[in-house]
This record gives sequence, structure tokens and C-alpha cells, in this order.
Amino acid sequence: MIDVIVDLVAATLRIGTPLLLAALGEIITERSGVLNLGIEGIMYSSAFSGIAAASYTGSLWVGLFVAVGTGLVAGLILAFLTVTLGVNQHVAGLGLTLFLISVSNTVNRILFTSDGGQVRVDPWKSIGFGGPIFDQYLFTYGALFVGAPLVWWIVWRSGFGLRVRAVGENPEAADVAGIPVARTRYQAILLGSAFMSLAGAFITLAYVGQFTINIINGRGWVALALVIFGRWNVGRCMLGAAIFSLVNAGQLQLRLVPAFADVPFELLLALPFLAVIVGLAVSGRNVPYPGSYLKPYRRL
Amino acid sequence: MSSPTPSVLLKDIRKAYGATVALDGVTLELKPGEVHALLGENGAGKTTLMKTLFGLTQPDTGHIEIGGVTTTIASPRDARSAGIGMVTQHFSLVKTMTVGENLALAEAGLIRVDLAKARRIAQEAADRYGLEVPADAVVAGLPVALQQRVEILKALAAGCRYLILDEPTAVLGPKDVDSLLAVVERLRDQESMSVVLISHKMKEIERVADRVSVLRRGAVVASTTAKGMTTRELVSLMVGSDAAESVERIAQATRGDAAVALALRDVSVKRQLGGLDDVTLEVREGEILGVAGVSGNGQSELVDVLSGTLRPDYGQLEVAGKVVVDPSPFALLAAGVGILGEDRHASAVHHLPVVENLVLDQLRSVTRLGHLDRAAMAERCETAIKEFEIKATPSQHLGTLSGGNMQKVLLARLFGRSPNAAIVSQPTRGLDIASTRYVRSLIAGARDKGTAVVLVSEDLDEVLELADRVAVMYRGRVAGILHANEVTRERLGELMAGVSA
Repeated sequence: MIDVIVDLVAATLRIGTPLLLAALGEIITERSGVLNLGIEGIMYSSAFSGIAAASYTGSLWVGLFVAVGTGLVAGLILAFLTVTLGVNQHVAGLGLTLFLISVSNTVNRILFTSDGGQVRVDPWKSIGFGGPIFDQYLFTYGALFVGAPLVWWIVWRSGFGLRVRAVGENPEAADVAGIPVARTRYQAILLGSAFMSLAGAFITLAYVGQFTINIINGRGWVALALVIFGRWNVGRCMLGAAIFSLVNAGQLQLRLVPAFADVPFELLLALPFLAVIVGLAVSGRNVPYPGSYLKPYRRL
Repeated sequence: MSSPTPSVLLKDIRKAYGATVALDGVTLELKPGEVHALLGENGAGKTTLMKTLFGLTQPDTGHIEIGGVTTTIASPRDARSAGIGMVTQHFSLVKTMTVGENLALAEAGLIRVDLAKARRIAQEAADRYGLEVPADAVVAGLPVALQQRVEILKALAAGCRYLILDEPTAVLGPKDVDSLLAVVERLRDQESMSVVLISHKMKEIERVADRVSVLRRGAVVASTTAKGMTTRELVSLMVGSDAAESVERIAQATRGDAAVALALRDVSVKRQLGGLDDVTLEVREGEILGVAGVSGNGQSELVDVLSGTLRPDYGQLEVAGKVVVDPSPFALLAAGVGILGEDRHASAVHHLPVVENLVLDQLRSVTRLGHLDRAAMAERCETAIKEFEIKATPSQHLGTLSGGNMQKVLLARLFGRSPNAAIVSQPTRGLDIASTRYVRSLIAGARDKGTAVVLVSEDLDEVLELADRVAVMYRGRVAGILHANEVTRERLGELMAGVSA
């Protein structure tokens, strides 16, 4: 029994890593008043570009840099559309996601799969400190012990974070106070996109070690839901990510239980997403959205 | 529509929001077949009074009589069935629908939407009053003048006999103003309707108003026949007379030798409505320059230019004798210009605590290597709370503070950075008496410490009380500058009315 629990916790940490990283990025972005629906596409394209670069250069680190670079370029596109042009953020974000996924798939076909192959690398291995729970990837340690505290500090304890929150709540007031609204939103979107691309890179460069179609599989959307569930707070988002990942890890283990052999695995697969819906239904009402959420800012 | 329209009487209407008295026992009568103009500075209570009549707010005491019968108007629905219609400053049209659909909406049944009837109403209004609207056009695509007509038409279709128009001409160009006033005249003359016209534009009132009432700080200070009154007489009614209303000055004589802290040189802003036209102003250290004028004559644009949110098309800003090359909000703040905007809600972040709002415009002074120095912020906040008598805790969200306390926080932020020049716009609008007095003493105190102050206010008493010199704005220009010892209400009124010197 204790083994099961230990395995469950270890799996939860692995599954939760990309969700937490992506959610951290989305927290920063949305705190500035911008919704980044490009999250799924950014994760997808970074997952691809990262492993592609790694397979060509033979260096996972180069792959990681390329992945983050991809995320920054994507973030720049979103920022230009939503901040500079003031385009509807739903349309811009979803469009970006569709665009990035298609481009990644196309390049993947041209470079790797046209002759029936598949891009693979020898991924990062987990680093063990004894026991399955403390045998995790560098990304996982990083997300938990660096990423989350860092984002908390940025949002609540840094001058930049205060600017981001001011711009997200009342851009007029921020503008009058000498805070450049557009620049602050660009910075928030770019920083957020970098976190999202780390989430994508984790999946190909560490977790799986190869790129397959649909590899992100809605993790970006889950992260988006976690941010609302977490009310734009790092701690609550971590809690949400933990619950989702635990349910996910649980259903993976259930599949191995003989009694569940006859249950269609798709049903079990749906369980964590059901958890997301239930979670949002319970705590997603009357959430304190940032005051200028979805609103482009223009001086009159 | 031939049965005689009774008159409407608002009697002793009183409305307070906390300690702020918005309406202080106002009595007003609307007679059939008259255009009744409501004059007064923004925040004097005109809109609140009319919202009471239209059922959007409930008075604390007082009542409404229609034809001598006390009538309760608890909602706009009640108002409509009593024959009262209102076109507010913010239209309530469904923008994605056509004009006809908007008209039919009010009486749309479960299944049938009577568009034919809506078209008929529109046609009839066009024929009778010249109120032409394209019945099949989508509202969102219409210019604002036409949207306004749809609003009026909606009120008429609901059978209204008292029509309230809240600053209807503020958003219109001259031609549209003309046709709107023509419609108003026809409604009065042909239908014996009673029209309330809230406006800051004397020419319009001169043209159509039969009666005019002036509100100041929630009370009617004058109510008289408007027929035959000139713009100049209307303005003097608005500003009052020195004999009747004396103000105790807390001003001091300008020291002519003090350095010029802030100057505008030939500043012009071109806009379709409003704008600035060749404005040159100087304000010296230790001086309060009052900027007076009837609302909408360029004062807001002036403040926007000084805060850096509006770039002049021509002309330049000088701070302490140096031209500000790129007058962004940040550059002006860095040069030592502080701003208190006219709308405190637009200058404050409601969802941030007091302590964070206090440092928003001076983040660099409390960050080291990107880290916010919370201890320093807390200390600054404690000092500000004590010094400015703010009734709040540092961690309280700004949005939960009363207007007076919110204003004090913003003033604390402004004066906390010891600016060379402070721009304060409508600093006491909507504040209770105690807060008003306190805010004015703060402004005078800053002046006495050598700060150059630009006080933009529609409240003439405030300008008379504080200003060492008064610049009067008229149609985006500086109509004249008066020294404290030559300021009289009469002279100010002349300048405000555009009577050239």
C-alpha cells in the first residue's frame, strides 16, 4: 500500500511539472490584464523546436534555449496583436495556438517523419536523492523550488510585479503614474511565454524524449483552468495542479488494476478533466478577475 | 396626446451618499410646454436629481408630485408609465440590433416582434418632428448623433411627455446640435411636452430654454425665466454675485519675483470636439494659478497635456525653465510635476492596497535590484496616514475607502514626492464639507511651502478661495488672466461667457 502511495506522489510530481510551469506563465500574463490563449500552441511549438534543435546539435541545453526562444517569438506575436493592435484576445490567442501547432506539425513532417521516422533524443534523466519521490527531473525541482517562489516574488514582492498588477487592474491610473502600460504588458507576456515554453520543453526533452503529434494534449488548457481555479495566486495554482495531477496519476494506476481491465481506458482518461470541470464549478464562480482583463488600453 | 399635461413637482428632494450630500432639499417644477434648462458645475447634482425623477435613484427624503398627486417612482419602468423619459449620457441601446429592433424591444412579445409598428413610429417621428432615423440600420454602425435620436425616439414611443436630456449636446458637432434643438422646440411647441435640458453650453440654453435653474453643491441657487436672457446673464446667474456670496480667501499675494516653475507655450491640441488653441500659461513657485471656465472649454485637455497623456500638436511644456522634450507621464513626473486627475477613480487602483497605491508613481525609490522594500513602503504609508489624516489601514484596498480618504491618499502620493509643480483638477468634487475644507487647506499649505499649483476647478468658490491668479478658459483658449485683487464674479462671468475684454 505504501508503495502505491509513494508511486502516486512521484507520478503526481512528474505530471504536475508542465502544468505548474505553464500556469506560472499564465499567472504573470493575466495579472497584466492579458489572456494568453496561445498557451497550448506555445507549449506545442516549444516542445517541437526544442527536440528538433537538440537532435540536430546533440545538446539538450541548446534544445532548451531554442524552445524558450520559440516561446519568446510566439509571445512577441501575441503581444503585438493584443497590446499594439488591440485585437480580441480570444481570437488572437486561439489563432496563435492553431498556427503554432500547424507550423510545428508541418516542419516535423518535412524534417523527420516524411520517411517514416520520428524525432528522438536521449532525454534528461531524473536526479535521485533516494526513493521514488525524490527521483525527479531537474525541471520538476526547478518548477517547485525556483519557478513557483520566483513567480510569487515577482508578482507580490518586486517593483515589476506591482507595475504588472497596476496595469492589469487599472491601466489609466498606471499610465498617469508614469508606468508604461504597453511596455509592461509586453514584458509580462514575454516572461509568461518563456515559462510556457519551459513546460513544453520539459515534455519532449525530459519526460518523453520524442515528439509525437498531439503531444501537449490539452495540458495548456488545463493550466489555463488552473489559473482561474487558483485565482491568479501561485499557492492556489500549485494546489490545483496537485489535485489534477493526483487524479491523473491515480487513473494511470487504476488501469493496471485487474478489476478495471474491462473499463474503457478512455473513460479513466477523462477523469482528471472531469476533476477540472468540477473544480471550476466549485471554486470558479465569483473569481476576482483582474480589472482590465481582456481589455486593450488606449489613451483617449 | 391632446389631453393636458400636468406639471411635475420635485419637492424637497434630499439625497446623501455617506457624509456627502448630493442633493440638499431641492424643489423644482417642470411645466408642460416648457424647456427647462439645468445649469451648474459637474457634481452639483443635476444628473442625480434627474435620476431621481427617472427612478434610477431613490431620494432619502422628499417626494415627486405629478399634477398635484404624490407619485412613487421606484424604477425607470414606473417613470415610463408616468410619462417620463430620459436620455442618459450613456446610451442603453442594443448595439448589434437594428434601430427598428431596438424600438420594438420594449413591447416585444414572446413570439412576435412588431417591426412594422416600429417602422411606423420612426416614420411618424420623422414627419412630425424631423427626427429622422434609418429604421433598418444596425445601431453600432450609426454615428453618435443618430444613436441619440434613437434614444429620444424610444422615449417618445413609450409615450413620454417629460423628456430629460442629460448633456445631449456634449457629444455632438454644431450641425447635429442645431437639429437636436429643432427637435426639442417642436416637441415643446407641437406636443406641449416638458423637456429638461442639462447643458453647459449657454448658447443652446439661450436659444431654447424657457426656464433655467442653477444648481450648486446640491441646492437650487437660482430658478428663473430664461426667455430673453443672454449668454452673459446666464453665466452671471451661474457664478452668482459678489454681494450675495462672499468667499473667505486663503490666498496670498503672488510673489512676482519667484521663478516660473511650469509653463505652457503656444500649446494647441486639435480635436473635433474641444481641444486647445494656442494656450500660454505660466505658474510661479509659491503661487496657485486657478483655471476656471464653464465645463468643456478645454480644462480637461489642459490637465491631460500636463499629465503627459495627451500630446500637444503644437507648442511646448517647460518645467523649471527647461523644455520637456518628450512629455510622457514618466518624463513629467521625473521633472517634478505632480498630478491629481479630475476623476479619482481613474487615478487610483482600487484593487491594490493603500500602501501600494502610495508608491505607484515612484516605484524606483522603493525598489532595490527589483525588490520592493516593503519596510520602507510601510514606513512611508504610516507617515502619510498620520500626516494626511487618512482614515484607513495600509493593507486596505483603496476601493473600499470613502471618496475623501481616497482623495487624501492621492494627495499624499502627489505631495509626498515634493513636486515643483502640482496640477490639481476638481480636487473636492463629490467630497463632504469636512474633507473639502481639509483638501483645500492642503493645497494652500503646499503653495505656502513654495510649490507651484495649477488648480483646475469648475467650483468658482474654490477658485476664488484659493487662487492667486485666475486664468479663464473659453473654447480652448485662455480668455483672460486676472490677479486675485481684481477678481470679481462679474468679471469672471464675462470671461467665462466669452465676452471679450
